[in-house]
Amino acid sequence: MKAESAALISGLGSSDVGRRLHRDPLLLTADAALAAIADAGLERHDIDGLSTYPGAIGSTPGITGAGIDDVRTLLGLDLRWHTGGLELAGQLGSIANAVLAVAGGLATHILCFRSVWESTAQVEAGDRSSIVARSQRREVRSGQPYGVGYATYGALAMQRYMHESGATREQFAQARRRQSGERRPEPRRRVSRPPDGRRLPRARMISDPLCLFDCDVPVDGAVAFVVSRADSSAVHRRRALRIEALGTASGFQASADMLWSRTDLKPSDVDVAEIYDGFTIYSVRWLEALSLTPRNETGPFIEDGRRISLDGELPISTGGGQLSAGRLHGYGALLEACIQPAAGRRHPSGAGDRPRSRAVSSGAESFTSCLLLTR
Amino acid sequence: MNFGSNGARRVGGGSTRQDRCACACQGRDLEPEVASGRGTVWSFTVNRHKWSPGLEPPYVLAEVELEEQSGLRLLTSIIDCDDVRIGMPVHVRFEQAGDAWVPVFGP
Repeated sequence: MKAESAALISGLGSSDVGRRLHRDPLLLTADAALAAIADAGLERHDIDGLSTYPGAIGSTPGITGAGIDDVRTLLGLDLRWHTGGLELAGQLGSIANAVLAVAGGLATHILCFRSVWESTAQVEAGDRSSIVARSQRREVRSGQPYGVGYATYGALAMQRYMHESGATREQFAQARRRQSGERRPEPRRRVSRPPDGRRLPRARMISDPLCLFDCDVPVDGAVAFVVSRADSSAVHRRRALRIEALGTASGFQASADMLWSRTDLKPSDVDVAEIYDGFTIYSVRWLEALSLTPRNETGPFIEDGRRISLDGELPISTGGGQLSAGRLHGYGALLEACIQPAAGRRHPSGAGDRPRSRAVSSGAESFTSCLLLTR
Repeated sequence: MNFGSNGARRVGGGSTRQDRCACACQGRDLEPEVASGRGTVWSFTVNRHKWSPGLEPPYVLAEVELEEQSGLRLLTSIIDCDDVRIGMPVHVRFEQAGDAWVPVFGP
């Protein structure tokens, strides 16, 4: 039996998410954690595992709001298993770790969390250049003599993709415009307005061809999930989401290939894609890696925005994605995949005998993971 | 990547981006090796945001693929060129940054 079959996502929760909330990140984390535990129909004492990315490890200010031990003591948990760290398979590698731990019998209900307070932290930290200058990350430090920022990587990837595919900046802007979270029962707060045709040409260029609208938005907030053993009697099976397949390999394509190798479902069975969009180019790379759009043809696919809108062929980032709803580092995408009711035009609800599935991804370059969820 | 203190062209024996450095030979005796210093622009960007104190934008950053090995790419600067293009042949030169010499590229 594959590990995925032994686990379910039994609960989810979120704190307030927004700009400059000026709230203690531990309390944001507690809000999300307690909401997820309650959503799963569990009590605090049922939680026997914790998993997070990255935990109490600093890189840039506000990038992490709580560590494993913070949450253990804050909630008074008795843990049988826990893990956190930077070197995971993407941010959602923390979910993959939890799946393995319940499949291996080390824990029964694992609380997985991600909390950030970058927006408030930036008030104290100052501008982005001083944040980058203080970064402890090796790839940032090695780029310092050249004046490299995080956006440099997005810009280089975007330029190369545009060169190979002929895609344009205007097509990229659609990926953001259509991620508006329209027609949601409880629309999540949009922290940044998507660009319209009038604003795009005036957008501040960060690193050509990448403009401000291609960068996700730092926010404060926390999201949590409970990953439970599928055979636990405490789990409300009708509400829980099944994890059909995981991809934990390094790299967009390797991760996506691994995911499809672990399921009989096909890309055509995906009705909603909640893909990682730290920079717009990353969502394009994920769509193509997951075979949801043809190689080098994502530009025309998203061009008029209809295909990727909620009633389109393949709705993507329906909650606004990180570009509009904020950088919750893959956890926002997973949350949206679990709660988005719309099925898209591909698979109207109730049609066909194949299960509807949702693709979720996190990370970029060599730091990647993806999940396929079914109900 | 090695910062040659005398400004010699020493690029090799590893990579700043390990995920892009395929070590197929499985050798144990890795050491710096003098490279040709020639490569092509794999991608580039005109950076307009101030990331580092003392470095005033705009400036051009690029990934340069070294001629020695397909897929071996350096994140670096492009200097002395107003019209950078993907595929453009470039050549290394060294600039002093503090007490190190860093490889940059130009036509």
